[in-house]
Amino acid sequence: MADPMGGAGRLPAVFMTPGTSSFTDFLSQSAPHLLPGAQSGLPGPVTEVAHGTTIVAVTFPGGVIMAGDRRATQGHMIAQRDVEKVHHADDFSCVGYAGTAGVGAELIRLFQVELEHYEKIEGATLSLDAKANRLAAMVKGNLPMALQGLAVVPLFAGYDPDMDAGRIFSYDIAAAKSEERTYESIGSGSVFAKGSLKKRYRAQQTQADAVRIAVEALYDAADDDSATGGPDTIRRLYPIVAAVTSDGYRRYGDDEVEPVVTAIIADRSTSAGG
Amino acid sequence: MTMPFGYASPEQQVRDKSEYARKGIARGRSVVVITYADGILFVAENPSATLHKISEIYDRIAFAAVGKYNEFENLRTAGIRLMDSRGYMYDRRDVTSRALANAYAQTLGAIFTESVKPYEVEIVVAEVGRSSDDDQIYRLTFDGSIADERGFVAIGGASDQVTTSLKEHHRDGQPLADALRVAVQALTVSVPPGLPQNGERVLTEANLEVGMLDRSRARRQFKRITGNALAELLAQTATSS
Repeated sequence: MADPMGGAGRLPAVFMTPGTSSFTDFLSQSAPHLLPGAQSGLPGPVTEVAHGTTIVAVTFPGGVIMAGDRRATQGHMIAQRDVEKVHHADDFSCVGYAGTAGVGAELIRLFQVELEHYEKIEGATLSLDAKANRLAAMVKGNLPMALQGLAVVPLFAGYDPDMDAGRIFSYDIAAAKSEERTYESIGSGSVFAKGSLKKRYRAQQTQADAVRIAVEALYDAADDDSATGGPDTIRRLYPIVAAVTSDGYRRYGDDEVEPVVTAIIADRSTSAGG
Repeated sequence: MTMPFGYASPEQQVRDKSEYARKGIARGRSVVVITYADGILFVAENPSATLHKISEIYDRIAFAAVGKYNEFENLRTAGIRLMDSRGYMYDRRDVTSRALANAYAQTLGAIFTESVKPYEVEIVVAEVGRSSDDDQIYRLTFDGSIADERGFVAIGGASDQVTTSLKEHHRDGQPLADALRVAVQALTVSVPPGLPQNGERVLTEANLEVGMLDRSRARRQFKRITGNALAELLAQTATSS
């Protein structure tokens, strides 16, 4: 069989075998070369590839906000100014990544298909915990690549209808999953972002408050970490901000993020420490 | 030359298999796929709320089937796997209903020729285009035959009667409520075997499965209409007729 995805010819038996509702499991049988991590066994540590940097997530009553800066670095160079590291995972969750950009983008793409595939085959959505576990399995699959220098970690957040709350899950490169109910940050600027969030987070904040402190945490990260990009007012490049509530996933438009950024810059002009 | 005991000529085998498959399909109730101004509507007579005859396949592609549940469920799953694989391998825009219809045709054809028992299914694969001119509807039968349909198609038990009714009432560019009325009216005309021939049948939200491909939606354009939303839409069709 020359092309397993080809339109002509009878569908191979693997397509017709009942059992799995997981796209990743299916792909591992039908076309394993398409899976991330299939190229493991590279000669040595890989350096000089693009890295994505800081992602933050903040809960508020009834939902969660995720925001990411726009910078990708390659060593001391800025590889890209407008990279998007926060993505729609499905209608009630979002996912961001920090680390090797190529691997991260591929991981997220597979995760998106994984969730949609299950939904279509089963006619039902996975629970938020199940989605978080599927993501853990994918991170684990990347461990050999991570050990060769192509590490990536995702940050996952979503709305859990059973709890009527936003929840955040973070991972290390060995796929240890930990849940945060307040705020979390990953990437090179995460130390500074978490410090910022620690002082500003309030349990009863509104969604607008959560957006403000998330963007402000990225501002603080960019202030002290050279790999994190601050808001670029010249090019009008602002952090990507997404919200997940009982109404579903919503990405904020630049016209909504701009006033938040402008307000933060105005406040910082009078008091640089925030 | 002496024939082995139980020999049947290829012609006889094909006739027997076709008759067997047709009988199986004729036992089932019908499904109607019909275009409307903003997309394609799928209406099935289906008393089960969980064992679906209509399904989303990909962004702009949906599937409807009649016949043996385990067999078309198998094909449905294979279709989702194939389309998701292609979307992952290439790009979401490169996933087409034509590729899916081809794969189904080849598969059904091979099963019909090679297996003792053919699949007792009839399938519709539909793709909503950017405008109604680009809408595509393919009808596939148990032996792998494929036909490109315009405007509407009916499959299942009494598809001839249903098609006659659709032909009479379908209008290109009709609004959603009209399309639903035409479809429900056509399904009501058909009398599934086992029911009294002149009994009045009323199809309500409880025994209808309705889905649509709506070209005005973003990305995943398939949507099920269930419960209250379906009851309201059915009430609209009653007043507009």
